[in-house]
Amino acid sequence: MKHLMLALLLGTTALPATAGEIWVTNEKDDTISVIDTDTLEVTRTIETGERPRGITFSKDYSVVYICASDSDTVQVMDPNTGEVLHNLPSGEDPEQFVLHPNDRHLYIANEDDAVTTVVDTETRQVIAQINVGIEPEGMAVSPDGAYAITTSETTNMAHWIDTESRKIVANTLVDARPRHAEFAAGGSELWVSAEIGGTVSIFDVESKAEKGKIKFEVKGVHPDRVQPVGFEFTEDEKTVFVALGPSNHVAVVNAETYEVEDYILVGRRVWHMDFNGDKSHLFTTNGVSGDVTVIDVAKRKPIKTIKVGRFPWGAAYRP
Amino acid sequence: MNAYLTALRAIVLREALRFVHQRERFIAALVRPLVWLVVFAAGFRAALGLSITPPYQTYITYEIYIVPGLCGMILLFNGMQSALSLVFDREMGSMRVLLISPLPRWWLLICRLIGASAISILQVYTFLLIAGLFGITLPWHGYLLVLPVLLLGGIMLGALGLALSSLIKQLENFAGVMNFVIFPMFFLSSALYPLWKMAESSALLRDICALNPFTHAVEAIRFALYGQLNASALALTALWALIFIGLAVWGYDPARGMMKRKG
Repeated sequence: MKHLMLALLLGTTALPATAGEIWVTNEKDDTISVIDTDTLEVTRTIETGERPRGITFSKDYSVVYICASDSDTVQVMDPNTGEVLHNLPSGEDPEQFVLHPNDRHLYIANEDDAVTTVVDTETRQVIAQINVGIEPEGMAVSPDGAYAITTSETTNMAHWIDTESRKIVANTLVDARPRHAEFAAGGSELWVSAEIGGTVSIFDVESKAEKGKIKFEVKGVHPDRVQPVGFEFTEDEKTVFVALGPSNHVAVVNAETYEVEDYILVGRRVWHMDFNGDKSHLFTTNGVSGDVTVIDVAKRKPIKTIKVGRFPWGAAYRP
Repeated sequence: MNAYLTALRAIVLREALRFVHQRERFIAALVRPLVWLVVFAAGFRAALGLSITPPYQTYITYEIYIVPGLCGMILLFNGMQSALSLVFDREMGSMRVLLISPLPRWWLLICRLIGASAISILQVYTFLLIAGLFGITLPWHGYLLVLPVLLLGGIMLGALGLALSSLIKQLENFAGVMNFVIFPMFFLSSALYPLWKMAESSALLRDICALNPFTHAVEAIRFALYGQLNASALALTALWALIFIGLAVWGYDPARGMMKRKG
């Protein structure tokens, strides 16, 4: 009986299957805050290069790539030890990047140089530099790997790069200051947020024509402060959460009807986000208030706000 | 039945009866916090500033912040109202019937406090229900855990009313005193603004608010509504309740206090 009780006790205290970490880059502190997705507490703070922004893990989570913007490099870190293994050549001021489905090529937006740099993470060589619009930022790759997207903040365009020829094959105009791009609906749609325009545009990948546009309106907040930046889709791709910058809210949008269903109050100037393992919780980075708000995805309610470093920017999950 | 329980039953029933007969009072007592919630809080939605204070774990809107304070407001106004009706009883002579009982005076007063608090609690839950319809919901266990805290808070504020009423001879005077007590007590507390916000304007103001018994009651309610225990606020509420009950019993003691002064 005693053993049974002990087993029950141990069984209930064992970590659930979702145990994992959210890695948050702190732009002003040159650090990464690691948040435990179960206890919702910061467990580690790791030093990085200067002004870390974009962050992403390799497919097998064995390394983490960090855009150290002011160090003009992409750092490759062992996530277990927090040790920087080596730096990748990235071009100047890398802000945001995306890892190609081949797990090997990084597509990096070089904000100051108006180019997109393609780096081979194995040979550690730059294999291409593609001229794009001014202030490139948002990066996305289609699930089949055929297209890479760069959005340029000043040119107000999404540039479609053919990943075979590494040439721009199409440019689509979006609203002012596009910040983030994601493929959706099995790769048939491209979603692009426009920070100053205050909208999210949806393009049909086949025809590259705009098929929808989402506008936001937060009660009691001046429209100028509603600035959509990062967004993430739920597991079933039926709902998308959109960070609305200095409006301090995250919008919940129906990904099929493009209707805004809810607004969730988070910290100040929310920019990017990522889900935990089973996508039950969403972690948003609130730059000005220096914290991360955890949202219960099913209930659409904020449950906790966790203090991290100064100006948290990017977020990435690892199991 | 035990004589004590008989008295409790009779007094609570009388309070309940009075309550049933005064439906306007019930509605009026609900309208007050609801106006605050819907009109006042809506205007201040974004004005609270952004800071996270326990028991809240994330950013909240002002409507959410103000709810525990409005629960306290119901207890405060009802506590005073009930004391007012005691003054009325005294003027009308029905108090003699109550005081003629062989039971100790303190027990009779406590029975009255429990009766009045029960009515207040009913109003608080109605208020929380309506607030829920406006989308301000709380964790389900918060609704249960707040019950004993509301009872304690109701007794504390009711006892304050009793202690005051023992000092005042006439109904008209008491109405004036009520305003002098209710408004400073409500505004100089954490009901409308958190203490850190008060400290921004003046440290003295913050200290006054921190000493206010109403602040302790509101904070105890606030934590209980979120399923948490604020031991110091709860203990201080209990302490103030004992002090006010003591004062009320002293005030209503025939050998001293009010009765003696009345001559």
